Amino acid sequence: MTPRIRLAVPLLAAALLTAACGGGGNTATQTSSKPGEKIKLTVGLFGDFGFKPLYEEYKKTHPNIEIVENVTQFNDHHTNLVKRLATNAGAGDVEAVEVGYISTFTAQPGKFVDLQQYGLDQRKADYLDWKWQQGLSKDGTQVLGLGTDVGGLAMCYRKDLFDKAGLPTDRTEVAALWPTWEQYIATGKKFAAADVAGAKFVDSPGEIFRAMVNQAPIGLYDAQDNIIVASNPDVKKAWDLSNQLTQEGLTAKLAAFSPPWNTGFAKGSFATIICPAWMTGFIQEQAKDASGKWDIATVPGGSGNSGGSHLMVPKQSKHPKEAAELINFLTSKENQAKVFKEEGTFPSIPALYDDPSIQNFTKPFFGDAPIGKIYSEAAKALKPQHLGPKEGDVRVAIGNGLGRVEQGKQTPDEAWAQVLEDVKKIK
Amino acid sequence: MSTLPLALTRRRRRSVRHTLDVRVSPYAYVAPFFLLFCAFGLFPLVYTAWVSLHEWTLLSETQEFVGLGNFSALLADAYFWNATFNTLSIGVLSTVPQLALAIWLAHLLNRRLRFQTLFRVSLLLPNVTSVVAVVVIFSQLFGRDFGMINWVLSWFGVGNIDWAAGTATSHLALSVMIMWRWTGYNALIFLAAMQAVPRELYEAATLDGASTFKQLRSITIPMIRPTIVFVVIVSTIGAMQIIAEPMLFGQSSGGGGGIATGGPDRQFQTLALFVYEQGFANSTFDFGYASAASWLMFLAVVVVAGINFLITRRVKGGLV
Repeated sequence: MTPRIRLAVPLLAAALLTAACGGGGNTATQTSSKPGEKIKLTVGLFGDFGFKPLYEEYKKTHPNIEIVENVTQFNDHHTNLVKRLATNAGAGDVEAVEVGYISTFTAQPGKFVDLQQYGLDQRKADYLDWKWQQGLSKDGTQVLGLGTDVGGLAMCYRKDLFDKAGLPTDRTEVAALWPTWEQYIATGKKFAAADVAGAKFVDSPGEIFRAMVNQAPIGLYDAQDNIIVASNPDVKKAWDLSNQLTQEGLTAKLAAFSPPWNTGFAKGSFATIICPAWMTGFIQEQAKDASGKWDIATVPGGSGNSGGSHLMVPKQSKHPKEAAELINFLTSKENQAKVFKEEGTFPSIPALYDDPSIQNFTKPFFGDAPIGKIYSEAAKALKPQHLGPKEGDVRVAIGNGLGRVEQGKQTPDEAWAQVLEDVKKIK
Repeated sequence: MSTLPLALTRRRRRSVRHTLDVRVSPYAYVAPFFLLFCAFGLFPLVYTAWVSLHEWTLLSETQEFVGLGNFSALLADAYFWNATFNTLSIGVLSTVPQLALAIWLAHLLNRRLRFQTLFRVSLLLPNVTSVVAVVVIFSQLFGRDFGMINWVLSWFGVGNIDWAAGTATSHLALSVMIMWRWTGYNALIFLAAMQAVPRELYEAATLDGASTFKQLRSITIPMIRPTIVFVVIVSTIGAMQIIAEPMLFGQSSGGGGGIATGGPDRQFQTLALFVYEQGFANSTFDFGYASAASWLMFLAVVVVAGINFLITRRVKGGLV
């Protein structure tokens, strides 16, 4: 071998490593089962849905069913699902889809099982009408997903930090501080002026921005699925207000769901955080030592929905009937109520909202705040918003823009111009 | 069948078998590698080139031939050039000090020591730890609010540095992670080469009163030049393909949007991460564009490695 060839081999090998980079899902090989045989159902989720105790209960009545849960990170979960649907391999029997991505999937009805075949259309009467509609195929003829929870909005705050800053701590008085977002920012300035050691007013503008957009009648997409980030004044207003938080120095610069954000909970680095119902579970998980310090008030700017999920059955599933039955069980009225009490994710079944066991539900962790009542009111007042097929990608582009302002790289106007460029590229 | 005596046929048959054995066996022995290489190396390489000439996404049913359209779009894409710059910057920052340090470490271990094996094994430890663990730990060390590095710096009156936010600081942090993993590995390769340098040279140099540093410069480095060339090339190729570190660093430091952009301002998005972003980290799955990007990346790797090869080979005498 001449030196040149000897060199060429590692070079070539390296090039192959570079060029040949493919992702593969692991395909679960299952044979179609005979009666009496064990059936394995895989459930794909992007976080803790609080389903584990429910599986145990389900197995008692269905001894032939075995349930395996796969949990992946939020963005990865959804992009993996897209991949697995396209390649027709590797998807689970039941897949959770967050509301930001639901339109991506309901636009591909051929990839999912129509749950009407298994009689799940009978559940329509149980659900909030808009939540039911979100799970239908684009033309409304097929039932593709059943809702789990809705993310009615509230604002969580740290009483001890408010007290140090000389602000009221009672939840009705706190709610009176901020009927509007402008007043929320003004309260933040008061908080900052008091200079509480080691604490900022809010974690970061990302989730606040999302909440503001969700409160508007029309969000990132119009009804014809055109992206209207550039032309919708409500989006621009949310952008300006979110960046005002940054520019006034009110944020702790902790991006939601990152490890430093988790640390921030434990250290009490921020005094308020936007609180869709599911967030209460996060706070309890991350701020274990802060029991009794957190409380919940109403959100500025009226009602809105942030988050919530559906459960769907990909066409690939070898056991669509069993998967549909499992979804029916997991989303049943009783079980949604159960999961709410454990995990904080709020039911999408309005009959529960006036149920005394929900209405009177409180949590000691949140200073016995009437969680059930707060989120019932929020859910009842919700006006649904149309969500488009690339909602998730648009959000990433805007989130990065907010991040650039926060890291001091750009002015809000420069960042906005770049966001619009990025959004234009989303096909 | 034949009228030949039996013994003769048998002998001939044996000789035929023997010739076959000698001629064909070697190919049979190397075949597994080449078959695997064709399936997992050559085929994807060629297929990627094919895909890069199309408007090709995962979700569309049809693939339209666009010729070099993807490539011209890439060359006009500021984010692609930004990723190229980051890759080169992180590459230089991590490779140069790493190799100098590796030679120095190898030189230190190239003498009679107690617990020799222990030292040599411990050099390799950082390399066998999972990259995920390494980045998660280092991201915490480089944390803005509660990171140990900022805590130590605060003794010297340096304020809280937001390592992940700045371009230079994030490149520095990532380079430290890369150096941590690869310095010991390269030191071991250098050490192996140093073992082969004749002892008499050192003895003579010692008699002439040359310091150890002088010996390193005038004897060791010239004698292990081929190994240095090899390590430079391999490290360059490795540095051009960094992906895990920036991806996980973005995830662990948290900066707004997705994890594949390398920070909200793409301040530490490398080429490989750019390819991943275009192909897999959004709901468009633009395979055509990502394939074109990987081919340009391949060319960049070849060019940069080639330049380095020429430079290292040219340098006469001491490299230091």
